[in-house]
Amino acid sequence: MTAQTAFPGAVSSADVPFNKKPVSPAKIIGTVVGYTTMILCSLFILLPFIWMVLSSLKPNNEVFMVPMKWLPSVWRWGNYANIWTDSSMLLWVGNTVFFAICVTFLQVFTGSFAAYGFSKIRFRGRNTLFLIYIATMAVPWQAYMIPQFKMLSAIGLADTRWSIILLQAFGAFGVFMMKQFYDTIPEELSEAARLDGLSEFGIYRRVILPLSGPSIAALGIITFTNTWNDYMGPLIYLRSPDLYTIQLGLKTFISQNSADYAMIMTGSVMSVLPILIVFLLGQRQFIEGIATSGMKG
Amino acid sequence: MSHTAAAQVDQRPTDSEGQEPSHNKGKMSSAAISRRNFLHGVAFITPNFLGFIFLCLIPVCALFYIANTRWSAFGNPVFTGGANWRRLMRDSVFKDSFWNTIYYSVVHIPLTLVLAFGLAVLLNSKLKGRSFFRTVAFFPYITSIVAIAQVWNMLFDARSGVINQIIGIFTDNVPGWLGSTTWAMPAVIIVATWREAGYFMILLLAGLQTIPSELYEAAQLDGANAWQRFWKVTVPCMRPTLFFVMVTLTIGSFKILDLTLIMTGGGPGTSTLVLAQYVYKVAFERGDFGYSGTVSLVLFALCMVVTLIQFWYNNQKEK
Repeated sequence: MTAQTAFPGAVSSADVPFNKKPVSPAKIIGTVVGYTTMILCSLFILLPFIWMVLSSLKPNNEVFMVPMKWLPSVWRWGNYANIWTDSSMLLWVGNTVFFAICVTFLQVFTGSFAAYGFSKIRFRGRNTLFLIYIATMAVPWQAYMIPQFKMLSAIGLADTRWSIILLQAFGAFGVFMMKQFYDTIPEELSEAARLDGLSEFGIYRRVILPLSGPSIAALGIITFTNTWNDYMGPLIYLRSPDLYTIQLGLKTFISQNSADYAMIMTGSVMSVLPILIVFLLGQRQFIEGIATSGMKG
Repeated sequence: MSHTAAAQVDQRPTDSEGQEPSHNKGKMSSAAISRRNFLHGVAFITPNFLGFIFLCLIPVCALFYIANTRWSAFGNPVFTGGANWRRLMRDSVFKDSFWNTIYYSVVHIPLTLVLAFGLAVLLNSKLKGRSFFRTVAFFPYITSIVAIAQVWNMLFDARSGVINQIIGIFTDNVPGWLGSTTWAMPAVIIVATWREAGYFMILLLAGLQTIPSELYEAAQLDGANAWQRFWKVTVPCMRPTLFFVMVTLTIGSFKILDLTLIMTGGGPGTSTLVLAQYVYKVAFERGDFGYSGTVSLVLFALCMVVTLIQFWYNNQKEK
């Protein structure tokens, strides 16, 4: 930045081979500060996770030792075997995977379908309708969860699998995100297909859908993660322990075994691990999807 | 390129499906085309729209009625006029929850924004390892809130938690965190900021990357220093992104629920009880659905008012 003017003496560094440009001290300090900030922030962000993993491998009485110890004296890998028998982990994971798959499928399907309507077909009332969608995205679910719960209860859907699936599957978010993407597909493409005699559904199926792989992947991953992590929905709607999701199950496990710190941490790691894997696999789609359209939260 | 696109679009209503684009014969009337387009459009939107009407639109509309009724766990809502609103005015727990929500938002929003913006600017440079950092920073946002709240609860443990053991090295006067009415809310805010900063960083970074570097070069030639370039180039170019981030962040702060519910349950006392949690509490712990609707409506109004103000402000600035 201020290299040329502020430090004329720095020219001498140009004599050094492979270092054609003079490097000003300000720039070096900037780089050092940059790396330091990055490393410190990474540590701060990761420490709770590191502590969680290490605690899950400790004997129970070492989790809260004073003075604290980072590493366990004995590595209790057995915690990860015991969690399956000490809790209904398998059931919770099964339920959650079921919910997440159903919701993801429905959200991707209805979302991309509706987005096609909003993006590629011009009809009267389209913009008004879309505005209503956007407006309700700004309304927090917490504000209408009560009427929604009473409605679904009235038709007997509370405490059923349907409640969770319906709750998550029709979000305006999916429509919004897919429309953002479809808007970038040139109009000529669907126009040409229309002239070739393809029906609207044919255009969606054969022209638009094959192009939307990355954004469908992004929407799928985001929806899957949201459903996996949802706590409030299952908390309000699910009463039978048979239907519990991993979050609700974990919370119940925590309150029932409140002194079993190591096992609680083991359960927590188990609830985070699948998302870590999904995230690492689909990181690019995930972050790009978020960057282009935000994410429901 | 854009000209041809525009031309094609303009022609569009006169071309009908599957026919020669010769406009004289086989031309559908424009009314028929708009009717056909309407049917097609509606057909595509219907599957999602039905779910949307039923699960979102109707509940939101019903809220306005429910808010003015008495509705216990059993039976039907009974309209009571302004009774709920008078009760709301006298309800000291409601006032606590309202001010707690404001307290949370007023601290959380600027803190997250500054951190996220700072990190985004840092990541927009050419440092090595920034994609790794991006992954790390984003990760808390997508991990389960139950696990996160639990880990932080244990880290914040007043007697033997990691945080107080570290603070204890420097001072004997350690905060009581979640057991103290003064420190519980700061603890919640720390966790929320830790969790969300990475997410907003990604949004802001995407915005930063759209700013053409020529603008910075031109500003530099004109003699603008780094600080001036930040305020005169970066911030104006980032307005759309910043606007979106502010709206999301504000609504997200007003509706905070699961984090406090799991971390503190609203306590100690009412020190971390927020609006959304009061809604939950009145409805599901007391079975008082009518009154919880009234509190919901306050939450709803709060979000709407702030969003509208932000929209208005953004429009003013864009002119």
